[in-house]
Amino acid sequence: MSEHAVADPHTGHDGHQGHNPFHAHHFDTPKQQFDAGKFGMWLFLVQEVLFFSGLFVFYAIVRVNHPEIFRWGHQALDPFYGFVNTIVLIFSSLTMAWAVRCAQKGQRTGLIVNLVITLVCAGVFLCVKYVEYSAKFEHGFLWAGRFNPHTEDHAGDHSATEGTTSHDSGHADASHAASAEGHGGHAHGPVGPPPKNAGVFFSIYFGMTGLHAIHVIAGIAAITWILVRSVRGDFGPDYFGPVDYVGLYWHLVDLVWIYLFPMLYLIE
Amino acid sequence: MATVDVVRSGSAGHTETDNYLTHSKGLLSWLLTLDHKRIGVMYLIATSAAFLLGGFFALMVRTELWTTGRTIMNHDTYNQMFTLHGAVMVFLFIIPGIPAALGNFILPIMLGAKDVAFPRLNLASFYLWMMGATFFLAALSFTGLDTGWTFYTPYSTTDFGTGKDNAIISAVMGVFILGFSSIFTGLNFLVTIHTMRPPGMTWFRMPLFLWAIYSTAIIQVLATPVLAITLLLLLVEKTLGFGIFDPQLGGDPVLFQHFFWFYSHPAVYIMILPAMGVISELIGVNCRRHIFGYRFIAYSSVAIALLGFLVWGHHMFTSGQSKLASVVFSAITFSVAIPSAIKIFNWLSTMYKGSITFNAPFLYALSFMFLFTIGGLTGLFLATLSVDVHLHDTYFVVAHFHYVMVGGALTSFLGGLFHWWPKISGKMYSETPARISALLVFLGFNLTFLPQFVMGTRGMPRRYYNYLPEFEPFHQWSTIGAYVLGAGALLAFATVIHSIFRGKPAPMNPWGGASLEWTCSSPPPHNNFDKAPSVEDCYDYDKLVWDEKTGGYLMRK
Repeated sequence: MSEHAVADPHTGHDGHQGHNPFHAHHFDTPKQQFDAGKFGMWLFLVQEVLFFSGLFVFYAIVRVNHPEIFRWGHQALDPFYGFVNTIVLIFSSLTMAWAVRCAQKGQRTGLIVNLVITLVCAGVFLCVKYVEYSAKFEHGFLWAGRFNPHTEDHAGDHSATEGTTSHDSGHADASHAASAEGHGGHAHGPVGPPPKNAGVFFSIYFGMTGLHAIHVIAGIAAITWILVRSVRGDFGPDYFGPVDYVGLYWHLVDLVWIYLFPMLYLIE
Repeated sequence: MATVDVVRSGSAGHTETDNYLTHSKGLLSWLLTLDHKRIGVMYLIATSAAFLLGGFFALMVRTELWTTGRTIMNHDTYNQMFTLHGAVMVFLFIIPGIPAALGNFILPIMLGAKDVAFPRLNLASFYLWMMGATFFLAALSFTGLDTGWTFYTPYSTTDFGTGKDNAIISAVMGVFILGFSSIFTGLNFLVTIHTMRPPGMTWFRMPLFLWAIYSTAIIQVLATPVLAITLLLLLVEKTLGFGIFDPQLGGDPVLFQHFFWFYSHPAVYIMILPAMGVISELIGVNCRRHIFGYRFIAYSSVAIALLGFLVWGHHMFTSGQSKLASVVFSAITFSVAIPSAIKIFNWLSTMYKGSITFNAPFLYALSFMFLFTIGGLTGLFLATLSVDVHLHDTYFVVAHFHYVMVGGALTSFLGGLFHWWPKISGKMYSETPARISALLVFLGFNLTFLPQFVMGTRGMPRRYYNYLPEFEPFHQWSTIGAYVLGAGALLAFATVIHSIFRGKPAPMNPWGGASLEWTCSSPPPHNNFDKAPSVEDCYDYDKLVWDEKTGGYLMRK
């Protein structure tokens, strides 16, 4: 790995404080400091996986016991939006990884550009999520306690809802029957009466995507912090740990979404 | 903090200025410190205060149970008292007690390191603890928290429309925050032990206390997030009606129990594993004999940590879970007895032909072995399916887990406190009152909880406000015992505080310990070690020799 080569010059002696201002005094070498930080971040990520696990377990239990809830509920989600967000996040993971490489190579401009692109992607992701959420709120597709759907009663409802939910009015006239297919990603809402406890699907939807969105926001805060330090010129071949750690975190946020997308949007 | 600031004098052979207590002055130098020793001391003060608070609630509960019917409080207050006793003791005292207070102080010094890997995170953990504790106190002021420390649904999620809702929300928030304090402490210790061991300290040259803290930290990092998400779901359930634990909305209340115990059973081992680590140190030093079966004790800590994840269902034998699940959980629960017994037998073997010093730490260690053995063996009764159906939710269960939690964790906390107190404060405590405190704790504890085993087998249910007249003598013995136990604990703390003002300066190595914390001065300097110490066998006591002049042990020439 490149970090070994990078850290080698510092394994000699103490007293490098002047050379590397970010070397904390309680670590013998910068390499020890880097390893500690990286291991700490991996442990934090393990903790994150277990933090999400409760919701995944609940998903599995409901999915096995009441598949009809999912069969009905997922139609309220538009795979198109989910797909866009998946692409946006995967792309942001690429730019994040690229940012780490730039930091390792001391390419300050590349580092800043990549971090900015990552931030923009995170922002796009949240905007799309906002559009999706507001459509759910409008249709009453809310968690179990507030579940109150009101869409498929009248064709006239369309025009009212399309304004916020659809980005492409050319498909807006697609018939109800076709909408269940989700072709082109334009589901207009679930077909047929909701099964018993259908709201649980939206509890799961809001629980999982909401928790994920909180992690995206935390990621934006962390990346902004890294960006400020990058502009300040803190990072280089001798010291790039924080970029690396935040990168790892961002990849996990991405990875969680990669599970959420098929589990919620691509059922059947 | 002010009381600790008073400590001035250094240890023999050291100037007054070079220890961590005198390194810098003023309240802010404590509140914003990144020094693991000062953070450890702050934890020690905070968790001890929590212990006294929880102890107060316990005495209120016991006092109320002196007679059938009303003694001093009504049933609502009683329900709140036992809830607060459990919640404060578990979340504010036992879980952070040994790892965050004693562990924070001792772990880096035992490793010969200058600090933990992430000092800022360490301080943040402490303030998370303070925040969590504040939420608890807020719950107290709202009044009405009576769910029991387990926050079982649907009771905790029911909308009462009174201050009780706020109290529950506040307490759940508090536990959520305390959880992250615990996670970050565990994470910090894992990284410290992995990356900051000095050259020469291989895994199997680490003191057993570090193995115990390491195993504890694994549980803290892996189990606590599950509690966090569970409590978060409980909050959105209660405030927004998510329906995840509400059968009316399609949720499952028993799922809460699964989630809760998936954390809270491993959390039992968060409480007892560090205690076992303390005992391993106390036994070795005070028997002046190399610890017997080092590797077995080390591995058994890890084994307990891992098995602990697979037994949560034994809290739910009567919850309607499948018979197959119950059988599997029962079998795995039995298997936990093996690593526990390995420890007990190895400690006993260490004592055999040892040259034993019956000082206060050792008396606490002896109490631990006696009480933990009873607590562990009665656990087997409860792991047995047919027996558990009868004993479930009786005083037998209460007595069982108090034998482990109090008989185990509290005695070793006090034992460890006395053992490392000369190092922490630079003062020797007075041995006689310390020994008396150990005796009082031991006698008081048994008087409190032995009658509860009897009551439990005769059908006295736990948490009840009222009871049949035939149980009254047992309850009264138990209440008397609780006051004796409380007196013992108070005497222990008084002894320790007294030594701050009147204690003799502590030598570098008063007990003849061979691990690294005894090679730096008492109290240790700000950086612990000026240069990385050389690592030798931390249980080889033959290399040390008593020195009359300093009143401590020195390295044999």
